Amino acid sequence: MSEREPGDAPLASGHVPAYQLRLYVAGQTAKSLTAIANLHRICETHLAGQYSVEVIDLTKTPQLAAGDQILALPTLVRRLPEPIKKIIGDLANEERVLVGLDVQPGRRAAS
Amino acid sequence: MLPKARTGIDGLDEITGGGLPAGRPTLVCGSAGCGKTMLAMEFLVRGATQYGEPGVFMTFEENAAELTANVRSLGFDLDELAAAKMIALDHVHVERSEIEEAGDYDLEGLFIRLGHAIDTIGAKRVVLDTLEALFAGLPNHAILRAELRRLFRWLKDRGMTAIITGEKGDGNAITRHGLEEYVADCVIILDQRIKEQISTRRLRVLKYRGTAHGMNEYPFLIGEHGFSVLPITSLQLDHPVSAERVPTGIARLDEMLEGEGVFRASSVFVTGSAGTGKSSIAAKLVEAACQRGERALFFAYEESAAQIIRNMLSINIDLATWVKKGLLQIHSSRPTLYGLEQHLVMMHESVNAFRPTMVAVDPISNLTLAYDDADVNPTLMRLIDFLKQKQITAVFTSLTSEAMVEPMQENSQLGVSSLMDTWLLLRNVEYSGERNRTIFVLKSRGMAHSNQVREFVLSDAGIDLVDVHLSGDRVLTGRARIAQEEDERVALSTGHADHLRTLRQLESKQKTIEAQIAALQAESEAVHLAIGQESVRAADQQILAGTKRQPGGAGGTQRKPV
Repeated sequence: MSEREPGDAPLASGHVPAYQLRLYVAGQTAKSLTAIANLHRICETHLAGQYSVEVIDLTKTPQLAAGDQILALPTLVRRLPEPIKKIIGDLANEERVLVGLDVQPGRRAAS
Repeated sequence: MLPKARTGIDGLDEITGGGLPAGRPTLVCGSAGCGKTMLAMEFLVRGATQYGEPGVFMTFEENAAELTANVRSLGFDLDELAAAKMIALDHVHVERSEIEEAGDYDLEGLFIRLGHAIDTIGAKRVVLDTLEALFAGLPNHAILRAELRRLFRWLKDRGMTAIITGEKGDGNAITRHGLEEYVADCVIILDQRIKEQISTRRLRVLKYRGTAHGMNEYPFLIGEHGFSVLPITSLQLDHPVSAERVPTGIARLDEMLEGEGVFRASSVFVTGSAGTGKSSIAAKLVEAACQRGERALFFAYEESAAQIIRNMLSINIDLATWVKKGLLQIHSSRPTLYGLEQHLVMMHESVNAFRPTMVAVDPISNLTLAYDDADVNPTLMRLIDFLKQKQITAVFTSLTSEAMVEPMQENSQLGVSSLMDTWLLLRNVEYSGERNRTIFVLKSRGMAHSNQVREFVLSDAGIDLVDVHLSGDRVLTGRARIAQEEDERVALSTGHADHLRTLRQLESKQKTIEAQIAALQAESEAVHLAIGQESVRAADQQILAGTKRQPGGAGGTQRKPV
């Protein structure tokens, strides 16, 4: 099923992170890799300790595409907090990603 | 020869010469509500059920549950087909408000979903309904267009026979977002027009690369059994003809038609102004068919079935019996209830289901009222051709305006009448405070018909035709006719009396003469007798005289000396 990348999702035991993110990609393409790297950087910068990321490769599990209504790839889905938000693209535009995630830039782990 | 995939849709395969291009995408476009989704769905369902080709329906508008419910009314059970892995439904929902663009992307997700659905059921057919929703959901149209181009290429590479639906664009644009640019093989346009508050749907094959196809617009409708397009296939005028005659049920009318009635599978046209008895003639033909044990179908556009039965009973036509026996069906509907084509298809379906030998349409003028004559003629032509093909005798009534002068009444039916084989014209004649009905046979192809006008009498005994009486140049009907008849009868009896009297006079004269002759004869005989008596008397006298002379003579001899 999904690949969980251990280092990327610092899950404190018993603690549900405020931001549950899911990144859909198609194989190890340049776009996919760029998106994964961008997501790491942005999350570490702005949401350190408050997020979990699940990366789903649809070439391996195509049946998962319908559930989150995935069309464009890569797509980042903010599953929590509600409402669900989707950010499509390789996440190169950090500002747009933060708008999409509804995260104040530079908020860091202060809250 | 281009390989084609049959759609299984009535009429569409005929127009396209065998179906849609196999292994290629076809664009079906039209405005909202014109039936794109239904056409696409029927293509898939027929493919799955009739041609063993599973199909994927990717919907961008309605969700799977809505779609399933919508097509259930056409008798398509998507749940069952999905369970049998013959159809896969995928609802692609793009919500612009939840989507943020942040960098470069492609639509690989769409390809993956479609590919997954195709692989799961081994699909040969694909429907994308309506791709254009993506233009609203995805802001970057440059990417979208590039990806659509790739999608169509990809569908072709996978050998999918696909229908892509698209919204009609403004003005001359075929689709709002120019999808026709990507789908070059076959483009079908659906159109829905509203005229006089009634909508009709039409289909046209705009282009079909590498094959001949019908170029016209064809009316189509979505009926109880799905989509049907009506190609004018029978314009070849090659239907079989019958020399068999069908009595009309009105003996005197048959008499006007060589004594045998109309030809089987011919079309009978009955026109007249209000209240001239058109429906009654139609009902009589229908009744006559039922009495022969044949089935008849009555399409009524003015009255309800119950009303027709009641009214016809008043002129001794008992339709209820035949309805009960299952030989007669009466279909009543308002002409404005559907578009003309819908009526036509309803008629087709009823006729195919009931298989009658006699069909009455009462009246077609109600259809013409609601539509342009230009629309009615091809439709009627289709109906008449269809009925002829099925060897069904048809009777159509038509209302003409009372106000029109008579030659115009005939002209007003010019377009339709050329389609008809027998034309009965009914008229009201108003004279001396009465209005009476007359009938004559305006034309009847292929037979020597009467040229006489007859009076047409409706009574509780039924329909009868009576010879009309001419007084000078006027046709006498009703009381005037009865009076004339009486006069003639009286005149006739007077003449007879005269004759008898003359005869008697002559007889008595003859007797007198004979008596005279007898008297003369008697006289003549008496004279003859007298003549006879006279001769006898004369002879007797001579004998007497001789005897007296003899003694003297002997004495003389005696006197001679020896």
